[in-house]
Amino acid sequence: MSTPEQEAKPLENGEGEGGDPSGFLTDILGSDVTVKLNSGIVFTGTLQSVDGYMNIALEGAREYLDGYAVRQYGDSFIRGNNVSYISAGKSPNLKN
Amino acid sequence: MEEKDEGGHAEPLDLVRLCLDEVVVVRLRGNRELKGRLHAYDSHCNLVLGEVEETIYIVEEEEEDEQSHVRIVKKQSEMLFVRGDSVVLIAPAEGIQDLRS
Repeated sequence: MSTPEQEAKPLENGEGEGGDPSGFLTDILGSDVTVKLNSGIVFTGTLQSVDGYMNIALEGAREYLDGYAVRQYGDSFIRGNNVSYISAGKSPNLKN
Repeated sequence: MEEKDEGGHAEPLDLVRLCLDEVVVVRLRGNRELKGRLHAYDSHCNLVLGEVEETIYIVEEEEEDEQSHVRIVKKQSEMLFVRGDSVVLIAPAEGIQDLRS
């Protein structure tokens, strides 16, 4: 016996309903994002590029500590292993 | 190659390549920061920096008044090899602005 869910076809290369996580990242290239690092530091900026390690290039990045802006960067490269999440759009609970 | 030609970078490390021979700020794990001229890098983010100033932010908790102060220690080095796994962020020093009041 199998439930309907189990009968669903496996996703091919993320092209199915589930999509694939890195496809999401390529979809949001060029838009404003919020990136949270494992240390709790949050960055916002325009997502220029992402690679397979989840290394990120942000344009006009702004760094937030406990919700407050502390620094503005022109461009910045973030090493992928530090990334906790990448969210499309600017987080509303950041000041400045 | 031709896919991303909209003024952006094809891949994030291209941004680091553009910083070669420029002064960069490198954020490291453990509240440390380096500022120096980028001489070399690789895909692990191993870096060679020259004329480096290292800044260490030491948070000192004071139990009595619950206030925490940040003590800043600075060190200078002529040339430094940084192992990539401690790198958090690399940015050109030019264009960095402090927003703290």
